[in-house]
Amino acid sequence: MNIPVKALCVATCMTLSGLSLGAQTLTIATVNNSDMIRMQKLAKIFESEHPEIKLNWVVLEENVLRQRLTTDIATQGGQFDVLTIGMYEAALWGAKGWLEPMTDLPATYALDDVFPSVRDGLSVKGTLYALPFYAESSMTYYRTDLFKDAGLTMPEHPTWEQIADFAKTLNKPAQEQYGICLRGKAGWGENMALISTIANAYGARWFNEQWQPEFTGPEWKNALNFYVNTMKASGPPGATSNGFNENLALFNSGKCAIWVDASVAGSFVTDSSQSKVSEHVGFTFAPHAVTDKGSAWLYSWALAIPTSSKAKDAAKTFSTWATSKEYGALVAEKDGVANVPPGTRASTYSDAYLKAAPFAKVTLESLKVANPKDPTLKPVPYVGIQLVTIPEFQAVGTQVGKLFSAALIGQTTVDQALAAAQQTTEREMKRAGYPK
Amino acid sequence: MTLQQSRRLQSLLLGTLAWAIAILIFFPIFWMVLTSFKTELDAFATPPQFIFTPTLENYLHIEDRSGYFHFAWNSVVISFTATALCMLIAIPAAYSMAFYETKRTKGTLLWMLSTKMLPPVGVLMPIYLLAKSLGLLDTRTALIIIYTLINLPIVVWMIYTYFKDIPKDILEAARLDGATLWQEVVRVLLPISKGGLASTLLLSLILCWNEAFWSLNLTSSSAAPLTALIASYSSPEGLFWAKLSAVSTLACAPILIFGWISQKQLVRGLSFGAVK
Repeated sequence: MNIPVKALCVATCMTLSGLSLGAQTLTIATVNNSDMIRMQKLAKIFESEHPEIKLNWVVLEENVLRQRLTTDIATQGGQFDVLTIGMYEAALWGAKGWLEPMTDLPATYALDDVFPSVRDGLSVKGTLYALPFYAESSMTYYRTDLFKDAGLTMPEHPTWEQIADFAKTLNKPAQEQYGICLRGKAGWGENMALISTIANAYGARWFNEQWQPEFTGPEWKNALNFYVNTMKASGPPGATSNGFNENLALFNSGKCAIWVDASVAGSFVTDSSQSKVSEHVGFTFAPHAVTDKGSAWLYSWALAIPTSSKAKDAAKTFSTWATSKEYGALVAEKDGVANVPPGTRASTYSDAYLKAAPFAKVTLESLKVANPKDPTLKPVPYVGIQLVTIPEFQAVGTQVGKLFSAALIGQTTVDQALAAAQQTTEREMKRAGYPK
Repeated sequence: MTLQQSRRLQSLLLGTLAWAIAILIFFPIFWMVLTSFKTELDAFATPPQFIFTPTLENYLHIEDRSGYFHFAWNSVVISFTATALCMLIAIPAAYSMAFYETKRTKGTLLWMLSTKMLPPVGVLMPIYLLAKSLGLLDTRTALIIIYTLINLPIVVWMIYTYFKDIPKDILEAARLDGATLWQEVVRVLLPISKGGLASTLLLSLILCWNEAFWSLNLTSSSAAPLTALIASYSSPEGLFWAKLSAVSTLACAPILIFGWISQKQLVRGLSFGAVK
């Protein structure tokens, strides 16, 4: 072998070894839902386009993921390079400096295309800490066939009182048909997400401007009385065990006339492989009462990079790819336009998308008006519609959720539940040093 | 009714009761296996469906999405190594406590067992930080160490109970015949107590196989066992009951088959310990 050939061989070997040494492995923690599983499937295309990046997936149930990520990020464990988090974590962890700021994004990313409400929800003091993968609001699902048979018409913007009246008319327990299905399972992300939006609609707030809880006020009393009475009159039995999935199963098997829940359910209830009533589902806005502020929630699953990651650049490359317009186009091409991750970009809502996803218009309009900084009638010191973005909220929200669940099942009265909620929240807030 | 008829009736009633209890206990596993062959639509149908068109779609989906064998191999390595280590430490410890008992032996045994009463989440942060500083996060080594330590008290206690049943005279006779300590244990003690040791080994193996808290918290991808795989199919947003049942069936299957094969030792050993 002559010298130039030897040199060429050495250079090739060095280049190849350099490439393999430079190959980075990203560990991505995510949740088990349809959109995320699709991302995992399509990420093989990303890997083929970026041979220098290898992806490892850790898929966990939402609550397990939250606990697992909290442990890792608080100890700077560095086990993950890309985290799937919600607005609650983005705000808290971003403020603590545990997340990399999402600055210097490429121009092609078109950050302006992302809805301002979603962008703001993932930012702290104007700095974006997570890139939104999909966003959701809440809406009203109803059975068009049952409404037609009963001669009822669902308004575009129903009030909670109208919903309760419809539910009463359509409640036929003997036929296993229940007027309304609402979350009853205790938890800050379960019943409290829904009850907080009902409370917002009735003008209630979690805290006044001095961080004093207001559960003993007339607004909370009206909201909780409404929720408990409606569920007792027209809800399914055992409602305190029902969260999103349980109500989805009830609705899909034709046992609910009305269901108010996350907009992400739109694709499930219209999917004939999952739903027996896919042909008879109508969509409209989440109900309001004395105000329409905060009557529909705002939530987003987003991709963030922890400061403990050892592959920040690769993590950013992946996060921008998975939340880009190009990714949306890829999903449309591979799995159909109705499966494009919803709620994050204005450009998603093309005519083709609106036609393919009949629930998309309601989601779009709800997301446009959602304002976590102004979630109810009176001013609030916190940010969040169905939650309060403070570290103490997980514990307080779950505790209050248990008290409200007890009122729903009849173990306590509404007044007792509200008094206990006031007491427990005051104690926790005092312990946490509020007002700050 | 004659005495013979009365006994036959009693036996029939007891048999029926035993079958009823067995079916009741087995029903959740049966339902899980059945659901794993359903479509998602059939899985949540009410009333529940016993007759349906079976599908293998869920099993194919799991292998395609997650790579079952990677998780299964981790489970095998972690459970068997931790159990082997546990037995290696527990046998000498139990020997010492059973045949050279002091006034502190009972107290030591109770103290060891009391560590099982601590909720694992109470020591999550210190152990996580230790694993992090030793570079053991997401390694099989971390889980092997943890599983060995958490099962050690119960394994020592069980073996101690079996050893206590063996007359000291047998060991003394071996010693008089010139047996060394090693020969005394390996050639005399272990063969006599193999039924009890086998059931302890199986119990430790099952405990390691099913452990979920530490496997979920200390691993991410490389060392994640089957319990982590099951957790990845649980979802509060979306109905994936059939897939969850399929992955649970796949996770249970190896240890269930292993237990089935060795049930003779397991039942004998467990009932042997239970009457003490």
